[in-house]
Amino acid sequence: MTDTTGIKAAAALELTDVRKKFGQTEIIRGVTLSIGKGERHALIGPNGAGKSTTFNLVSGRFAPTSGSVRLNGREIGGLEPFVINRMGLSRSFQITNIFHRLSVFENLRCAVLWALGYRYSFWHRLSALRDAKERADEVLELIGMHHRRDTQAGLLTYAEQRALEIGITIAGGADVILLDEPTAGMSRSESDHAVELIRKVTAGKTLVMVEHDMSVVFGLADRISVLVYGEVIATGTPEAIRNDRKVKEAYLGTTLEEAAEGAH
Amino acid sequence: MDSVESTMQSRQMPVVTGRTMHYKPLNLVRWVVWGLTVLLMAVLPLIFNGGFALTLMSQMGITIIFALSYNMLLGQTGMLSFGHAVYSGLGAFVAVHLLNKVGAGELWFPVSMLPLVGGLAGAFFGVLFGYVTTKKSGTTFAMITMGIGEMVFASSLMFPDFFGGEGGVSTNRMVGEPFLGITFGPARQVYYLIAAWCLVSMIAMYAWTQTPLGRIANAVRDNPERAEFVGYNTQRVRYLVLILSAFFAGIAGSLSCINFEIVSAENVSAVRSGGVLLAVFIGGAGVFFGPVIGAVVFVLFAVALSDLTKAWLLYLGLFFVVMVMFVPGGIASLLMMQVPLLARRQLGKMLPSYAVGAAAGLVLLSAIILTVELVYKVQVDSANGTAMSLLGIGFDAGTVAPWIVAAVLWAVGLVAWRAAGARVRAAWDKLHGEGKA
Repeated sequence: MTDTTGIKAAAALELTDVRKKFGQTEIIRGVTLSIGKGERHALIGPNGAGKSTTFNLVSGRFAPTSGSVRLNGREIGGLEPFVINRMGLSRSFQITNIFHRLSVFENLRCAVLWALGYRYSFWHRLSALRDAKERADEVLELIGMHHRRDTQAGLLTYAEQRALEIGITIAGGADVILLDEPTAGMSRSESDHAVELIRKVTAGKTLVMVEHDMSVVFGLADRISVLVYGEVIATGTPEAIRNDRKVKEAYLGTTLEEAAEGAH
Repeated sequence: MDSVESTMQSRQMPVVTGRTMHYKPLNLVRWVVWGLTVLLMAVLPLIFNGGFALTLMSQMGITIIFALSYNMLLGQTGMLSFGHAVYSGLGAFVAVHLLNKVGAGELWFPVSMLPLVGGLAGAFFGVLFGYVTTKKSGTTFAMITMGIGEMVFASSLMFPDFFGGEGGVSTNRMVGEPFLGITFGPARQVYYLIAAWCLVSMIAMYAWTQTPLGRIANAVRDNPERAEFVGYNTQRVRYLVLILSAFFAGIAGSLSCINFEIVSAENVSAVRSGGVLLAVFIGGAGVFFGPVIGAVVFVLFAVALSDLTKAWLLYLGLFFVVMVMFVPGGIASLLMMQVPLLARRQLGKMLPSYAVGAAAGLVLLSAIILTVELVYKVQVDSANGTAMSLLGIGFDAGTVAPWIVAAVLWAVGLVAWRAAGARVRAAWDKLHGEGKA
């Protein structure tokens, strides 16, 4: 896996010397990453390392100050979020970001409409769009929330909202999925459940995730990148990262297992 | 891309209250409501066939279209506009000029189809102005709409050929050959024309809420940022909704042109834009039928009440403040709260407490009315003497007696209102406790 020669040719997502300045402060200081098709990649690092900012640069929330971001070989740096989404990249948010006043089903249906080609149509009747309904119900089943189909999304429990967040992210059928701390704030059993869900819904897709929970990271990721002060200090298999000297230093001498313990 | 700013933009919450009606299909209720609407529109003018009643109902029909078109922005998409009269007003001006051309024999066009032209004109100005206003959302959008509204109002004095200057443009709706004896001379024929357009517009606007764009508009209202990340350009969504909404506003405007046979700068004024906002808020922006209720109530205030008292605007203002403070979801939200009770056949258990509440409210209302009318008589109208009458009871505002009556009504009303409020709450909690058990 550490052999990147094969991966590079088929990279789903490729960042080359990406930098981001807010005013005079450089938050992302030259990140270079290559994530292969079908790979499950975790981005870890201490608080304030720039993990979420990296996600925002890739997904179009912010434009990079310099450097290149390529999705399946096409440059996406600085494009609008909806353009990037239409090109096949979808993301979830650290702070739950759903349509609060719509039902769970409507949330998912909204997430599939563009991908199914209905765009801004005001000449189709929603209830007549069987493909949209079927796809939304399919995702509903996948995230295990069919019993909550007609519940207003704002009234769901926190864990249910997190699951819906993931559902919205994958519903459009994007092949590159970015998950920003999918298990943040969850109990152990909820987080185990979330890992199973993520594994299930991202099968056959490229997954990049930011995660603090090391048991989730080591359970899911094929490869891990460690981000410290806006720079990637190491990339490799979970095993290689576990034994990396620089990573150990970054975590102030503690081992990652201890860091994981501390997180709970 | 100015992404930092656009992110901050999207974080501003739209000013919308109430809930959407989409997550619980209440199909039977829906059919009953639509059926009743059609029935009322058809039958009411047969029962109330006086000239005043027809005027009232014609204006209600026009205001219903206008309010529903405004709610496409406010309730459905979360866009607070302060300049919606621009589209109805400009639609009305285009319609009035066309009507005058038809009247002068320069071209032929059926009067009954005039609203279509007004609608297209509204949509045209929607394309024009909306391109600027919908670049932004939230407070910025609201401010730009206000600016555009002022700009159009100001230009109404600068271009007297089109806007008719201070006097406006007057017209005559009885043009062309009568079709099946319909001349649109009698008020009743105009009413039925308005009713027909009102019904068609209502159905079209309701149907719109059930389309992909309609649903994505809700998504943009709830969370514009998320909508961007599922592939939607929220700016484009706002723009398209505004154009559609301006189309229906234009229909309303040209119907008012036919109804009043005059269009003036007042039609594009901030007063009109504010009025429709008031009507929608009173009725309820969160439910499709809310603006319909709001339009009816608003016209009752503006047309019927203004005939009875000079203080009608004060009453409307007070009513608006009370609604915004205590019933932010509007009258429709009060009604929607009763629907689950009705479905469980428990509404009967609430009726006694509601009756007590209504009685207390009536006392309080009479206290307000007596006070307002007394003050108006003394402050505004004292030149004609201080003798006055309410409900056929004559008294003198210059004496102390009516003021004491007002004070007593206030005291009794406030105490009774508090007691009734507690009773309604207790009955409500009891029913909902049972419902869960």
